[in-house]
Amino acid sequence: MQLIDKNLIAKKRSGRLTFNQIMKWLFFLCTMIGLVVLITLIVDTLSDAIGYLNLDFLTSFSSSRVEDAGFYGAIIGSIWLMVVTVPVAIFVSVATALYLEEYAPKNRVTDFIKVNISNLAGVPSVVFGLLGLAMFVRAMAMGNSVLAAGLTLALMILPVIVVSSQESIRSVPSTVREASIGMGATKWQTVSRIILPAAIPGIITGIILAVSRAIGETAPLVVIGVPTTLLVTPDSVLDSFQAMPMQIYAWIKMPQEEFQYIAASGIIVLLVILLLMNSLAIFIRNKFSTRY
Amino acid sequence: MANIKEKNTITKPVDNTTLEETTQGEKKTEIIREPIFKTNNFNLWYGDNHALQDINLTFNKNEISAIIGPSGCGKSTFVKSLNRMVELVPVVRTEGEILYRDQDIFEKKFTVEELRTKVGMVFQKPNPFPKSIYDNVAYGPRVHGIRKKKVLDEVVEKSLCDAAIWDEVKDRLHENALGLSGGQQQRICIARALATEPDVILMDEPTSALDPISTTKVEDLMQQLKKDYSIVVVTHNMQQAARVSDTTAFFYQGYVVEHDETKVIFENPRDQRTEDYVSGRFG
Repeated sequence: MQLIDKNLIAKKRSGRLTFNQIMKWLFFLCTMIGLVVLITLIVDTLSDAIGYLNLDFLTSFSSSRVEDAGFYGAIIGSIWLMVVTVPVAIFVSVATALYLEEYAPKNRVTDFIKVNISNLAGVPSVVFGLLGLAMFVRAMAMGNSVLAAGLTLALMILPVIVVSSQESIRSVPSTVREASIGMGATKWQTVSRIILPAAIPGIITGIILAVSRAIGETAPLVVIGVPTTLLVTPDSVLDSFQAMPMQIYAWIKMPQEEFQYIAASGIIVLLVILLLMNSLAIFIRNKFSTRY
Repeated sequence: MANIKEKNTITKPVDNTTLEETTQGEKKTEIIREPIFKTNNFNLWYGDNHALQDINLTFNKNEISAIIGPSGCGKSTFVKSLNRMVELVPVVRTEGEILYRDQDIFEKKFTVEELRTKVGMVFQKPNPFPKSIYDNVAYGPRVHGIRKKKVLDEVVEKSLCDAAIWDEVKDRLHENALGLSGGQQQRICIARALATEPDVILMDEPTSALDPISTTKVEDLMQQLKKDYSIVVVTHNMQQAARVSDTTAFFYQGYVVEHDETKVIFENPRDQRTEDYVSGRFG
């Protein structure tokens, strides 16, 4: 007895195969959208920037005259900013992730905290700027210093690193955890010798992506009141500073058309730095990743 | 705690494959059996699920004690209770005593770290760390604070020799242990457990993920190891229990149906369910 009509199957086959092809090309097209946008952006910006992007641009301070305007103060300022943001963010978020995944009792309170950290990742950056303004700039009287802005950005990227670190820690197989604990290792020894080394590629990827976001972030800096024309670089974390995205934003607002090209040059510098950081993330991930 | 200390002196037919050293060719010998683990009315719950019920068992020094039983009978849970690994499950609650050398393992002053240093464990799936073979084996001693390279070198070599894998890996000690075959990985894990020089080794279905040749190797290894260690092994494989163990406990639905010499369990069990299980009628 035949329940299945073989002729029908044959008739339907070409339809299935065509649909298969259609879906493949649809997905390919969607992938291309992102790529085309990125290339257009880079080409467009680069063509604006090309005449202005030179060594002088990288080594001179900002100026109200087009021919003197440079990015030096902003680059150095952003580096100072990251010197504060990165260590604070890494330490606090990795510790948080380790606590939540390895130490915290599995109960409703922990779940509540986890959900809220994820929610925090979705809070707009300008809100973090307001928080920084109220807490660091005003209440703690840090002014518009590197420290105040750095801590604000650290708070902003904290949830992103916590969540990605959690994922990464969770992906370490429980069997190796048990092996370590089963030998009489303490929790800390297990965490430091087994779990962190295994989770580090994922954690670092998360860190770099978060830091890339922080370095290009403008809104919180606007709220904190980071200056755009400053002819000195900071000497300590308590000094005022300039930052790359703020500088670009300031140039775009200028009436003279040439400043658009200066801004484009700034964007290229920022993009190059971002690309370098992302490449570093990929390199580290590939170098340290282990397969089980 | 001296009142609990007991030394059963029993006469046992010589099993010359397993007791070569002690028997030395004698036809009959008196073996002093020293209990290493003793449980008194041990109960365990996973939430509301009463997983282990009134377990009263004694395991002796320098013996291989097998635990058999159908899936879900609590045998893994029980063996993990012996080094308190079972407490990694958050909803576990226990009652009763487990005495390790007459000391209650649930006592506050007996830390889990100390217990697990003395009671090592080999798991069902080979679980080497993603580190070199050397670092895997040296992990235990290092965790306990041994730093001297000379000592570590010796410990690593001795453990790997004891685990019968030294010859296979001696030229590649610094290669990643994950590059080895499953059977080799499991013997690395045994070497790793031996490196902390434990008193007891718990094995939770140590060969269930291995091929027959590797299984034979691990079984031979267990026979070698029992001269120096006491072994509690959970196994799904009844032939394995019959081959390697001195005593066997049959678990069924959370309690011990029968615990006796392996020979008795397999040839002349007292309980019908034991007989049905060992003869393959269920399970």
